[in-house]
Order: sequence, then structure tokens, then C-alpha cells
Amino acid sequence: MGDFDPTILARAQFAFTVSFHFIFPSFTIGLASYLMVLEGLWLKTGSGIYANLYRYWLKIFAVVFGMGVVSGLVMSYEFGTNWSVFATKAGPIVGPLMAYEVMTAFFLEAGFLGVMLFGISKVGKGLHFLATCMVALGTLISTTWIISVNSWMQTPMGYAINAKGQFVPAGSWLSIIFNPSFPFRLCHTVLAAYLTTSLVIGAVGAWHLLTDCSNPGARRMFSMAMWMAAIVTPIQIFAGDTQGLNTFEHQPAKLLAMEGDFEPSPHGAPLILFGLPSNALGRVLYKVEVPHIGSLILKHDPFASMPGLKQFPREHWPPVAIVFWSFRIMVGLGFAMLTLGGASLLARWRKSLYDWPWLHRAAVMMGPAGFVAVIAGWTTTEVGRQPYTVYGLLLTSQSHSPLAAPAVAASLLAFVLVYCGAFGAGIYYLLCMMARPPEAQEAEPASIPERVAGISPAFPVGAPLAAADPSDA
Amino acid sequence: MHNIDLTVIWAGIIAFAVCAYVVLDGFDLGIGILFPAFQVGAERDQAMNAIAPVWDGNETWLVMGGGGLFAAFPLAYAIVLPATYPLIIAMLLGLTFRGVAFEFRWRNAGHRPFWDIGFCVGSATAALAQGMTLGAILQGVHVENEASAGGWLDWLSPFTVLTGLSVLTGYGLLGATWLVFKTTGTTQQCARRLALWLGAGTLVAMTAVSAATPFLAYDYWRRWFSLPGVILTAQVPLLVVIAAIFFFLSLRRGAELLPFLIALGLFLLGFVGLGISIYPYAVPRVLTLWDAAAPPQSQSFMLAGATVIIPIILLYTAWSYWVFRGKVSTHGFHE
Repeated sequence: MGDFDPTILARAQFAFTVSFHFIFPSFTIGLASYLMVLEGLWLKTGSGIYANLYRYWLKIFAVVFGMGVVSGLVMSYEFGTNWSVFATKAGPIVGPLMAYEVMTAFFLEAGFLGVMLFGISKVGKGLHFLATCMVALGTLISTTWIISVNSWMQTPMGYAINAKGQFVPAGSWLSIIFNPSFPFRLCHTVLAAYLTTSLVIGAVGAWHLLTDCSNPGARRMFSMAMWMAAIVTPIQIFAGDTQGLNTFEHQPAKLLAMEGDFEPSPHGAPLILFGLPSNALGRVLYKVEVPHIGSLILKHDPFASMPGLKQFPREHWPPVAIVFWSFRIMVGLGFAMLTLGGASLLARWRKSLYDWPWLHRAAVMMGPAGFVAVIAGWTTTEVGRQPYTVYGLLLTSQSHSPLAAPAVAASLLAFVLVYCGAFGAGIYYLLCMMARPPEAQEAEPASIPERVAGISPAFPVGAPLAAADPSDA
Repeated sequence: MHNIDLTVIWAGIIAFAVCAYVVLDGFDLGIGILFPAFQVGAERDQAMNAIAPVWDGNETWLVMGGGGLFAAFPLAYAIVLPATYPLIIAMLLGLTFRGVAFEFRWRNAGHRPFWDIGFCVGSATAALAQGMTLGAILQGVHVENEASAGGWLDWLSPFTVLTGLSVLTGYGLLGATWLVFKTTGTTQQCARRLALWLGAGTLVAMTAVSAATPFLAYDYWRRWFSLPGVILTAQVPLLVVIAAIFFFLSLRRGAELLPFLIALGLFLLGFVGLGISIYPYAVPRVLTLWDAAAPPQSQSFMLAGATVIIPIILLYTAWSYWVFRGKVSTHGFHE
């Protein structure tokens, strides 16, 4: 144990907890908005199918949201436990942004979540819809602040360094919040969450269509999800491309690592499709490349000159192989999503959206793709920021707490056990809930016997679901 | 001078957030701690449903306290957390277990006994860890060059064990009195019995912590017992005695809300006592609030938002409690 560098352990612990955490919000951000749309459609059209789908997904939302809350709480303390030097130095800048996240987002979500989950019979339709909207709004506000924090760490702006070596605001907070990479990264993250959610909803719909292609709930959710995938994927690819250009401008070494460009290319860079990058050798082994396409994508000119990593000091290189491959996983999945969206449009045109089993099988396969792409994307951007916590200014190796290896190792082990146990069980429960087809009369997650009104139809709550007549949805 | 005012205001806001956290999540955690005392079935379901709609909001105050400390007093945050590393991690893991149990226990009846244990053990772990963290801060943290420099088990001492057990008992009292207020029938009877014992336990614990604190350091002794300050500080134990008398009276007369309110009062008095011991330090006897403070630009930027947003938060939180007012039925919110 003495051989382990506590910094590596602390990084592993943070990477593990933050990766596990982000799975949940990338789903709840999208799902909260989806629930808002469903309830809005129900209030507007009065069609029971939307109320049913709302209740079906609300029960799932409750479980995911709970896991997001507890895993997020961990993050807010890990900055201090593991990264106390970073906390001291960057606290005056990132601390207030995170305090705003708590005040404007976390309280909003938590304050209205109770009413959203349990309050339909207590407050009536209008107020309940308001609660749903506030929860959805809260998830988006939260994303905005935390992406601002993360973007500032990537492209720090508007700071000065005081006598204690702390980053302090130099002028307007607007230049800190709206730092150069923030707008691009916010778009990319929110679209990713919407896309991830639509793939899950699409997969659940497709799964049930495979056994019963007449299930009205499954049909409606599949159709809505496929519209989303077809429309959002191209926008997301465009957003990703603009973020790449922004990275090239502000963090060139990260972008060159993503591309695997060690050597400068004065006459136009190739696009390396695959290969094994090696930091030690400073080149990509076994590479498969297409000439000039790299420059075409990044400079919109096949013969434009491109720099190489070797123009940067070697100790400023990120671990190229991780960045290179996580980027390819994300992009590959993005194009798979594009194909799925395209196929769904084709199916719609052929009027076979609900009875084309191969499309449904593909949609089921793609169900988890959003999560994988999101984690791969975050790996690209966070590992690509190395060796810094605040890009170009504060080294990761100088950001950590005075750590004791036994404490960090034991806590890492405890996190792995507890997360795998608790969240493993949670994911199992989610899959069980998703495996159940949407019934014509979904039970409320909140079954309050007295004064059942609002979204709940005239149906004895607590009676077996099978008793419901599926035909009246 | 401007900076000094801001710093004191932020210390007040964070103290308020911690206070809100302790009383609100205190009764949530307390119900978790007492969970095995209730019978499987209706009693436990009722106890769980008494907090199901509000626990998430209650826990958010912990994020506010931690996040606020990070933002307004980054140096204090960066010293205290590494110094109490295993306690903080234990608290977080405990909160994870009991947080997921709220939803998980309804998902599969066969797994329910397991999540009920998780709910109890998680709540108790979090309460103990919070109490011991408080004790560790009071007894002092070893600091060199504005960083924690102690061993990773420095926090462990008889005093921190005492503060841990005290918070555990106190949260139990809050939980029991909340259930007296929110439930009926056998659940309420059980809660009332527990409240009696836990009320006595909490008073013993408060006395023990109060008696031990002045011996930790001469500074604490001086604050509490030197003239003329003692005329003011003596009011705190006096009020505790008065509150205790009313607590037992109200419990015996079958009052439903009053025991909970008096328990809150006891906690607030405990807070005042802590304030007397700690102010104006952020890390006792090492770092004052002003040493640890973020620059005024950071504090004023947050204050602009906080003065508007915190009242709004309190409004909609109150509304949410109002929506779920009254007794919980045995059927509760879950099937």
C-alpha cells in the first residue's frame, strides 16, 4: 500500500464517483423535461395516454433522481477532502458559482420534487404542472452553473492571482461565468442529456413493441423518442464540431491529443481513424489515416497547416491514448445514433415505425449508448485537461489535499463497494420497472387513498393493475 | 470594514444553513436511527412516509452549508475536510445508503428488510460522523502553513465519541418528536415513549459536552466563566433547564406539536452555546473567520443573490410543508 501514490488514489476516487454520479443527471435532465412535455400535453389535449406515460416515467424518475442526489452530495464534499489546495486556490472563483447552483437549482428541484412525486391529489393539476416545470427548470439551471464551473477550469478567464496564490475575480463576474468554452460546452451537455434520455425511452418503447406492437403507450413513447433522436443527433454533431473548434483555439494540446497528431503537418493534417497512440514514443502505432481530412474538418481547408503535440513541452501533454480513444468512442456512438434516427425517419415514411422489428432491436441495443457516449465525452475533456486542474495555471499534482494513502485507499474501496451495491441495486430496480409494459391505467407513484383527483383517472388505487382495461388508453 | 461586515454576514448565513440542516435533516436521520423500534409493516411505512416528501429538501441544506463554506471560507473548508477525512467519507456513504432506501424499499417487498437496515445504519452512521466532526473541530485541528497537517486518525478521541453519541441521541429525539406530531395510533405511542427516553438522553449529552468543552482549552474556559461574560453565558444552561421542564410536561400532557418545537429549541440553545465557544474563529483557535474568508468580490457577488434567493427558498419550502400538512395516513404515499 505504501507504494501507491495517494494522488493517483485520490484521482481514481474522484473519477469513479464523478463518473457514477453523472450517469444519473444525464438521465434526469432529459427525463424531467420529458415529464414536463408529457404533463403539458396531457393538460392541453386531455388525452389519457399522456397521463399514463407521465406516471410510468415518474416512478422511474423518482428512483434515478434519488441516486443523483446522494451521489451528487458526495461531489460537493470531495473538493475539500481530496483537492483542498485546489479548493483554497480556486474557491473564490468556483465556490460562488457552485453556491449559486445550490441556491438556484438544488433547492428548486428538492422543494418541488415532493409535490411532483406525491402531491397530485393535494394541489390540483395547475400547481402540480408548475411543480414539474420547476423541477425540470432546476435540472437545467444546475447544468448551467456546473458547466460554467467546469468550463472555467478548462478556459479560465476574468481572474487575478492574489498574494496568497488564490484565483480571485478581477472584474466582472460575467467574464468568469461566460468564459470562452462555456456556451459550447453547455449546449453539448444539455443536448447529450436529451439524447441519452430519448435513447433510453426509445429502447424501452422498442422493447415492448417487440412483444406487443399494439401497446399504445409503447408506440407513443417510441415515436416521441425517435423524433427526438432524429432531430437532436445532427444538431449535437454540429454542436460537438463547434466545441472541437473552440477547444482547438483555447486548448490546442487537448485537441491534438484527441486527433493523435504528434508531428506538425505543414501541408495539411490527415484524419487518423484508428491506431495506438504512445506518449512515450511520441507517435501513433498501427495507424489508419485518411490524408488531408483532419485539416479539412478543423480548418475547413485540406491543405491548411496544423501544429503537432511535439511543439508543446512533453510534460504538458495529456495521456494521449485515453483521450484519443474515448473521443473515438463518443464520435462513433454519435454516428450510430444518427443512423438510428435516420432509420426511424425511413420507417416513418414507409409507415412501418411500429412493426419493423430490426429497427426495434437496434433501438434496444442503442438504449445505453447515450450513457457510454456521455462518459466517453467527459473522459475526453477531463483527461484532455491534464496535467492541469485549472488549465495552464494549476497542476493536478499540486492541487490535492495532504492525503494519507491508507485513508484514501480505504475510502476508495468503500466507495466502490457502496456504489456498486447501492446503485447496482438501483439500476436493477430501474430495469425491472422498464421491463414492465406501460399499462393503460398506470398507478400513481403516490397512492393517496383519499381525495384522488387530477391526473389519476377514476380508478381504485391499490387495485391490481391487471384489472385495468387496456383498451381505453 | 466593508470586508469585515460581509464576512460576518456570511458566517451568519452558513450558521443558518447548518442550523436549518441540523433541525430538518435531524428529524429525518432520527427517524432512520429509531427505525428498528417500529414494527414491520404499517408502523414503519408510516414513519417513512412522514418524511418522504421533504427529506430531499432537508438534505439540500447540507450542500448549502458545505458549498457555502467552500465559497465564502475556502481556507476553512480546505483545512477541516482533509483533517476529518474518514468522518466525512463515512457520513457521505451513510447518507448514500439511507437516501436510496427511501425509494428502493418500495420497489421489491423481498428486499425491504435489507433496505430498512440500510436506512437505519446509514442514518446512524451519518449522525455519528456529523457529531464526531463537530467534536473534532472543537477539540482543534493541527494546522501548519494554512493546511491540515495532522494524522488521519487525529480526530478520534473520547471527546469526539461523546459528541458523536450526543448528536445521535439528539437526532433521535427530533425524529421521535416529529413522529409524535405527524402520526397516530401505535406509531405515535411508540414515538412518545422513545421521546421521553431520548429527551433525558439528550439532556445528559448536552450536559456532558458542555462540561467537557471548557477543559479542551483554556480559551473555552475563559469564554464561558470569566466575568462579566458569565452573566450572559449562564443564561444558556438556564434556558435549557426551563426548556427541559416544559418538554417533559408537554409530553406527559399529550401535546403533539409542542415536544417537537421544544426539541428544536434545545438544539438552538446548543447552537448558541457552540457559537459562544467558537466565534470569531472559522477553525477554532487557529483561523479566524477573516483569515479564512474569500475575497470581498466573491462574498459580495454571492450575497447579492443570497439575499433574494434564500427568502424565496424558505417560501416554497414552507409551501411544500404546508401541502403535506396533517397526519400521515397508514397508506401513505407509496403503495
